[in-house]
Amino acid sequence: MSALQHAITAHADADTPLEYQNPHESVKITGFWIFMATDMLLFGCLFATYLVLRTHTDGGPTAHHLFDIPGFTAETFILLTSSFTGGLSTLAMRLGKRKQVMAWLTLTILLGLAFIGLEVQEFAADVAIGATMQRSAFLSAFFTLVGTHGSHVSIGIVWMVLTFIQIARRGLNQKTARKLFIVNLYWHFLDVVWVFIFTIVYLSGVVM
Amino acid sequence: MSTVQTGGTHKSHSPKIYILGYLLSLVLTAISFVLALTHSMHVGPLIVLLTILGALQIFVQLFFFMHITEGDGPPFHSVLLLLGLIFTFAVALMSVWIMAFGTNVSY
Repeated sequence: MSALQHAITAHADADTPLEYQNPHESVKITGFWIFMATDMLLFGCLFATYLVLRTHTDGGPTAHHLFDIPGFTAETFILLTSSFTGGLSTLAMRLGKRKQVMAWLTLTILLGLAFIGLEVQEFAADVAIGATMQRSAFLSAFFTLVGTHGSHVSIGIVWMVLTFIQIARRGLNQKTARKLFIVNLYWHFLDVVWVFIFTIVYLSGVVM
Repeated sequence: MSTVQTGGTHKSHSPKIYILGYLLSLVLTAISFVLALTHSMHVGPLIVLLTILGALQIFVQLFFFMHITEGDGPPFHSVLLLLGLIFTFAVALMSVWIMAFGTNVSY
């Protein structure tokens, strides 16, 4: 089946979501899934490093001493909620409601900023009591894993702002719909990674 | 013929599935939180249970938010994602396993 024929067939189906109507756009969604599979491997390696070095605290602060339960719980609920609001912006896009898309996207961006704010606060508090990245192998692994996730979230926020501007200026078309769909995929992916950081780093750190 | 499989277009155009996904993720998080902080279990089984609850969250995000069942043509993305998940868990779990043999070495 040629791409052109496919384009005609796909376009004829009114039920097809906007972001899948043009094969040149939908192939980018497939490409983004491939990126997420590889990005997962990056996090897999960082998780492996953390799990191995978790107990190597060199007499310094341990996970049990360091982790602040209200802090990481708030971060978790903020990120879960932002994943939900991001999903609602995809839904609004599929219903063709541009204003709703922009409202949900704004809320998602604000929740993302709140998450980053809390994380920066947490890191600053850790450093203030001498728990720096150089202190022990445990802290190096901790800051690398959680910091890599935080930098992904920061990139996601910038990306969402750029998508917001494009939708504000150009409206919802096949291209902007695809961009919104992909940035939300990325956001849900980061939420999954955080769930594992919450479980394996924070909760396990508190109980052990 | 490669058409988009929306897995029920009408379903994906309703906020119900998103609300359900959100509630499920909140419930799963709350369960792992309560299990961890009430000290009701031994650490070993607790960690296994927390990891299973985390794995369930992957499925909640994939099926309720990320529309994994949709796609253009064959589900190449699902196969790749599965491969990525296998590699990720293999790297993490096998590292833990192999490094457990060197626990008498201190860094």
